[in-house]
Amino acid sequence: MNVTKKEYEELNKSRSPKSKLQKTLPKAFVAGGVICAIGQCLLMLYRYLGLEEETAGLAVSVTLITLSVLLTGLGLYDKLAKHGGAGTLVPITGFANSVAAPALEFKTEGYIAGIGAKMFLIAGPVIVYSTVAAVAYGVVYALMK
Amino acid sequence: MKQIIIAFLVGGGICLLGQLLIDLTKLTPARILTAFAVCGVLLGAVGVYRPLIDFAGAGATVPLLGFGANLAFGVKRAVDENGWSGALTGPLTAASGGIAAVLLLSLLAAVIFKRGLNCKAAK
Repeated sequence: MNVTKKEYEELNKSRSPKSKLQKTLPKAFVAGGVICAIGQCLLMLYRYLGLEEETAGLAVSVTLITLSVLLTGLGLYDKLAKHGGAGTLVPITGFANSVAAPALEFKTEGYIAGIGAKMFLIAGPVIVYSTVAAVAYGVVYALMK
Repeated sequence: MKQIIIAFLVGGGICLLGQLLIDLTKLTPARILTAFAVCGVLLGAVGVYRPLIDFAGAGATVPLLGFGANLAFGVKRAVDENGWSGALTGPLTAASGGIAAVLLLSLLAAVIFKRGLNCKAAK
């Protein structure tokens, strides 16, 4: 059967009704919520241990990044992400996964063109555009002072 | 306990927004992450994100919006301290801890784990 891409998309749409959203949204909410709740527990723990607010925040990030990279290395983050969707993508763990996963995947292409370059496949644009936006804000802020 | 629940609800809500974007607009994950980071910078710049962090704690800092907002806070602080040059040094100074940790750990993981082509990157 020959169908154009558009026809296929329409067919796909008619066969996968709103139920798709009803499935993905709660999963994303719960997955993202759980990750942030873990972050909050860690934050309270580090504050309790006497870290200053800013240091505690960094410690939370580093802990979550470590967990995410470890799970990525073991091949488990992928499995979580299949269910979690944006819930596992949007938190910092998803960012860490987006760096670690291509580093692992392209290991065979070597340390420079493989691991080193592909780490920035997704992190690159994120860092580029958020940095540029922040520099623009800095210029505006300095002008207004 | 209350703070943990608030973090769950707010963090979950932000991720729900991301899922809506994915499902309704077919934006790729790379675009979603970039959009969230840039939106975070904007929200931090206009001053709405700091109150959200005060309210929701990790619920606001753990999503990538918090990463972006952190850049905005960093640039503001650097401009306050050093004037114009702060606009250039502020953003990455604020992000340096997280980025260095991600790079270091990912490199370590790539060296230690032997998964090669079996591991699918989240594209």
